Amino acid sequence: MANPTLSWNLAHDVHELLAYQFMVNALQAGTIVAVMAGVVGWYMVLRRQSFAGHTIAVMSFPGAAGAALAGLPGAFGYYLACGIAALAIGREGGEGHSGRSRESAAIGAVQVAGLALGFLFLSLYSGVLEQLETLLFGTFLGIDRNQVLTLLLVALVVLAALALAGRPLLLASLDPEVARARGVPVRALDVGFLLILGLVVAATSQITGALLVFALLVAPPAAAQALTPRPGPSLVLSVVFALLVMWLGLGISYFSIYPLGFFVTSFGFGVFLLAKLVALARARSTQSERGMDGAPEPVAAP
Amino acid sequence: MFGHEFIRNAYLAGTLIALACGLVGWFTVLRGQVFAGDALSHVAFVGAIAAAVVGVDERIGLFALTLGLAAVMAGLGRRAQADDVTIGIVFSWVLGIGVLLIAVLSTSSSGANGVIVANTLFGSIFGLSAGQGLVAAVVGLGVVLAALAIARPLLFASLDPELASLHGVPVRILGLVLLALIGAVTAEGTQAIGALLVLGLIAAPAGAALRLTSKPYLGMTLSAGIALAAMWGGIALSYAIPSLPPSTAIIGLAVGAYVLTSVATIAIWTPMDQRGDRQAAKKVSLR
Repeated sequence: MANPTLSWNLAHDVHELLAYQFMVNALQAGTIVAVMAGVVGWYMVLRRQSFAGHTIAVMSFPGAAGAALAGLPGAFGYYLACGIAALAIGREGGEGHSGRSRESAAIGAVQVAGLALGFLFLSLYSGVLEQLETLLFGTFLGIDRNQVLTLLLVALVVLAALALAGRPLLLASLDPEVARARGVPVRALDVGFLLILGLVVAATSQITGALLVFALLVAPPAAAQALTPRPGPSLVLSVVFALLVMWLGLGISYFSIYPLGFFVTSFGFGVFLLAKLVALARARSTQSERGMDGAPEPVAAP
Repeated sequence: MFGHEFIRNAYLAGTLIALACGLVGWFTVLRGQVFAGDALSHVAFVGAIAAAVVGVDERIGLFALTLGLAAVMAGLGRRAQADDVTIGIVFSWVLGIGVLLIAVLSTSSSGANGVIVANTLFGSIFGLSAGQGLVAAVVGLGVVLAALAIARPLLFASLDPELASLHGVPVRILGLVLLALIGAVTAEGTQAIGALLVLGLIAAPAGAALRLTSKPYLGMTLSAGIALAAMWGGIALSYAIPSLPPSTAIIGLAVGAYVLTSVATIAIWTPMDQRGDRQAAKKVSLR
């Protein structure tokens, strides 16, 4: 790329963006990932499983390091490690105070076991060290056609699964007791959702890096849920926000010397902050209108 | 083995870091705040990078950022326990800034930045100088003493916050103090076993201890003991096997202990939650 420059002519900028095949690949991959992350992240935030999501995300590091050591393709390691971690976390679980504290200890143990293994793989296979930063903090360079096609396939599987199980999963997430009484297989949905989360996180971390997936997985859904309590619109909003964060991040980091991760996380943070402020202002105004001492609770107020 | 100075430094610093991690970790796990500890430890990495960019001692950056973020998290949440969404968004943003700083560092000074990144992420306990080891030990001791000093009220506030605040226990302040202690412990541990792995010494020994016993003081002792054993064993193991990094050995032992207890207790598991936390809290308050 011959020193891309940002001009005030937006059409010209976009044209310049799309002139290179690698950038087209990055935008396609980014779009697929953002849609998946917006949908699955929405459920994750609703179920308050951010810690599990983060833990599964960092598993892509031992996955990639282990795959390099074994001479397998990196993406294979990503999906395998994330899947194993999802199952390991799914084994634990429970309700009530002790249940939650036990679960969080188990997730933490899974995470550090994975990271320690990753570090071991890395020191056994000294060649990967160059890619360590990429692995943890992501890149949009060097995404090839095969990767885009794999991502598309993963996205189709994930979205189809959620289209089938989305409704019962919503019920099971909001009120497990009622769901169980109605014959919804809550436990199976728990484990199934973690596996889906594993797939999505493995896909997302290929672009944002293992440590920064939350820019797409948590910030847009949390912003959407702060704005509206209704599931449908907030799910759509979540996807829109994720796409916005991804496209803006990719566009700007193309013209900048600074890394994608910084822009994506900053836009994610910004969207969340704005949504919170809007929600706050709205709660204030309805409060003063009705003279009540509290706005109606949104479905998933964090 | 103890003829080498770097081993003596590692044991001096490691001992107190492990005790502090085990003790503070027990409360972290009890309160279900492992994610907060996780976020603080990842953020510690950004502190070290920021210090390298500005050109001050890495420890200043470590402590400033972890303690600062602990205060932010305490301020955002009710009862000084931030919810997981807030934690996730704030810490991923701070990490995003960290990525920017790495880029700044690599454009301004070509050279050792890759080493700094790898060291802060995965630690280098064998690389501690005598002075660094001593400072780490002193800070570790301070954290242990502080945790012991607030152990009783904090325990009460953790098990039953409503009842505790009725009894005049400053629940919110205790939550803040615990987060600050977690911040200090992660900044400490980052120098020894790295920002990505320090969570292992916080969560795994404590998780094992909580599985083995529901008695608070026994649990705390056990947690600190397991952390210490993992630290000592890990250093010795990695000295014996040169290709095994010390951080991996230490974390491997700690997680091994956790897995062992969870397998062992599954058969005879009489969960604490059936007897209820409230009952345990009453016991503490009556004593």
